[in-house]
Amino acid sequence: MGKEDKVKLVLNEKALHTVMLDPDKCMGCITCMRRCPTEAIRVRNGKASVAYEKCIGCGECVRLCPHHAKIPSHDSWDCLNDFKYKIVLPPPSLYGQFTNLTDINIVLNGLLALGFDEVYEVGKGADYVSEATNIIMNRGTIPKPILSTACPAISELIMMSYHNLKDHLLNLLAPVDVAAKIAKQNAIKRGIPEEDIGVYFISPCPAKVFALKMGVGVEKPYVDRVLSTSDAYMHLLPVMKDLTDIKPICSLSSHGLGWGISRGEANATYKESTIAADGIDNCKQILDMLEDGGLQDIDFIELNACTGGCVGGVMNVENPFVTRGRLHTLIKKLPRNINNIADLNKTTDYFCWEQDLTLKDVFKLDDNRIVAMQKMMEIESIMEELPKVDCGLCGAPSCRAFAEDLINGVLPRDTKCPRKEAMEKNSK
Amino acid sequence: MSESIHLVFNVDGNNFASAGTASEEVKSKLKMIGISSADIRRVAIAMYEGEINMVIHAGGGEAIVDIFLDRIEILLADHGKGIEDIEQAMQPGWSTAPDDIRALGFGAGMGLPNMKKYTDEFRIDSTVGVGTNVYMTIKFN
Repeated sequence: MGKEDKVKLVLNEKALHTVMLDPDKCMGCITCMRRCPTEAIRVRNGKASVAYEKCIGCGECVRLCPHHAKIPSHDSWDCLNDFKYKIVLPPPSLYGQFTNLTDINIVLNGLLALGFDEVYEVGKGADYVSEATNIIMNRGTIPKPILSTACPAISELIMMSYHNLKDHLLNLLAPVDVAAKIAKQNAIKRGIPEEDIGVYFISPCPAKVFALKMGVGVEKPYVDRVLSTSDAYMHLLPVMKDLTDIKPICSLSSHGLGWGISRGEANATYKESTIAADGIDNCKQILDMLEDGGLQDIDFIELNACTGGCVGGVMNVENPFVTRGRLHTLIKKLPRNINNIADLNKTTDYFCWEQDLTLKDVFKLDDNRIVAMQKMMEIESIMEELPKVDCGLCGAPSCRAFAEDLINGVLPRDTKCPRKEAMEKNSK
Repeated sequence: MSESIHLVFNVDGNNFASAGTASEEVKSKLKMIGISSADIRRVAIAMYEGEINMVIHAGGGEAIVDIFLDRIEILLADHGKGIEDIEQAMQPGWSTAPDDIRALGFGAGMGLPNMKKYTDEFRIDSTVGVGTNVYMTIKFN
């Protein structure tokens, strides 16, 4: 396969695994385009389209679309029959979707009643990641401040826009990957044929879908299918009511459950000076500060693209702040430390990235610096003629993005700024 | 084609939140041109520090930036109170901040030394009562 084909394949994959457009519902308004944090969206011929190479899967467009035309990609519930032995990985945010939930075991038993053979909580994986984080921080091999890599939208953003900060990234698998790895390997050890085992994650967000499908830091994905929290919610509600025998299978710690909320991960590091930022714009500000040489006194930085943390994911059903309140209530009932790496008989390496993340050059104007400089100068001279009000009429999120599109060949070079044209017409 | 990308920024002395705007925009341009991340980091640190200095000490000023193929030249010009003793101001740890402010972690006196450290050429011209010009050049790898 040639390089171009490979790039194409990755792009198609990303399209399948982040967000898709329902063209019938898209009205061509510019809401998503204006707010996309990487300016990946354009409105062309009255419909929004995503330049997937710039998409970080944050789900902001899904959240904001007033017409619900943006659909987060995930596997359908029908894929439950794809495997003989089904392991489900529920994330901490899932438990906060339910009103008056007094016992997490009700949700876990509900999942078993739905046909899953085994439950492995992502929060448990989070406990191991927290412990491994501490070990790595104490080794001092990663320059401070250490950046969390649990939110795949943030990791993707750093790989695209903040190449400087790559060395600060915590080289640990995300809790969901750890949970999947342990659960799958345990099942194989118990004699279940590998091809029969299906690991299902219930995702709160599209970023996790593409991260798990494409694999971040892993050689090959441990998770086989990614379901949405809202689908799981719809299926769980009816069966949870009718449960008669509730087995005590929950093995979450308060720290593990806390990972569902912004600051949960940072708190679990037990470090004195930590930052936890949530919401994609706030995260970008922190990354910029770090890039400008600030925040050198900080030990650990947790960043979550969604407001509130994973509870804010767009595939959840409940409001993030309501979910957060419920998780706080549940956290109080849980023990502090119950899952330790020592019990697993594993070394820290087991939790580390199996392969490095790759930097992405999606914003570079040209590989040749001379050509890139020329393009930049042309952009600057086009900018001088533009109204610089970022009205979005042209279908680009800003005048600068419009100028870039002209230079990059996304738009024909002679395309006129519609706002300027209209104003010139009016003044005649 | 002219030789450089010429950019002029007003650094607002009354608005602390706006400090960093110029370095943000320069950073984004350098990324698009494909300058190495290590060089971008040097530019970001030196320029951000300079912008902050203009806001804190000089009531704002102008940042004039020229991006060449092989280097970036930055002039930070203000009409503030000027620096009396430049050599002293360049000493690591020297600061105009009073002790109680320093006890809070501000005014560590590393601003100018850091700017010098991350640049290939660094020069200050200052006249008390008139203003300060800081010239910085960073060569690209």
